[in-house]
Amino acid sequence: MTLFASLLAGLVFGLGLLVSGMANPAKVIGFLDIAGAWDPSLAFVMVGAIAVGFVAFVVARQRTVSFLGADMKLPSQRRIDRRLIVGSTVFGIGWGVAGFCPGPALVALGTGSSKALVFVAAMLAGMAVFELIERPRRPTPAHA
Amino acid sequence: MTIDWNAFAPWPALGGGLLIGVAAAMFLLLNGRIAGISGVVGGLLKPARGDVAWRAAFLLGLAIAPAVYASFASWPALRVEAGDGALVLAGLLVGLGTRYGSGCTSGHGVCGLSRLSPRSLAATLAFMGAGFGTVFVLRHLLGL
Repeated sequence: MTLFASLLAGLVFGLGLLVSGMANPAKVIGFLDIAGAWDPSLAFVMVGAIAVGFVAFVVARQRTVSFLGADMKLPSQRRIDRRLIVGSTVFGIGWGVAGFCPGPALVALGTGSSKALVFVAAMLAGMAVFELIERPRRPTPAHA
Repeated sequence: MTIDWNAFAPWPALGGGLLIGVAAAMFLLLNGRIAGISGVVGGLLKPARGDVAWRAAFLLGLAIAPAVYASFASWPALRVEAGDGALVLAGLLVGLGTRYGSGCTSGHGVCGLSRLSPRSLAATLAFMGAGFGTVFVLRHLLGL
């Protein structure tokens, strides 16, 4: 049941990325190009997503298990440190170069795009490099 | 600053954003997890028992989204302007950066801001700033 819920959540997420235009790198670059002919549309994606997400987290905070009985795994990390800022900045540079972030790239892969395949392969390599550097040192902190 | 009114499409962006919010809410309230794509993918690179199937199911959902979308509308047209070299560079930066920064547009941008996390706000400002800055440098300073 939780597996099916995972699949469905991924599917709805992907549909949202497609409907909104987030899955289209040209649209993303248009949003990031403030100094050119700016297309602010994608700011509205955040508005819609956070409006729903905010309510969901209010509900989630009052529970210890999910509606399907799974443990609630909420992030515990609160520190704003160098890793967070430098990592996010490096991510933002990569996002600006191609217009792909992880979710849209995987959706684009589902369209059979060979460019998305190149990007996703490189992204996995980047993540693997992180594992290689970090694994011997210490357990990675909880996500987000 | 000039606005590209031809490309401006706030309603699909808002609607798609609502879908993304619904997906994040489902994942949170049914599976007890944060819909952070880089984290879901990254966890597959250090597989632990009982920790693989839900990740794979979510990512499969993302990848089949275009096929499902195409059954309601035309096949999604995504435009990628970056060449292969830029895609490899971007993918490496996104993979490495999202793991060091513990999240991407979904984990920090959507989920983190929805739960009013100062840490995620800092990360979002960092990657948005870097994205805007990168496009400015590439398009307007280097003329690429």
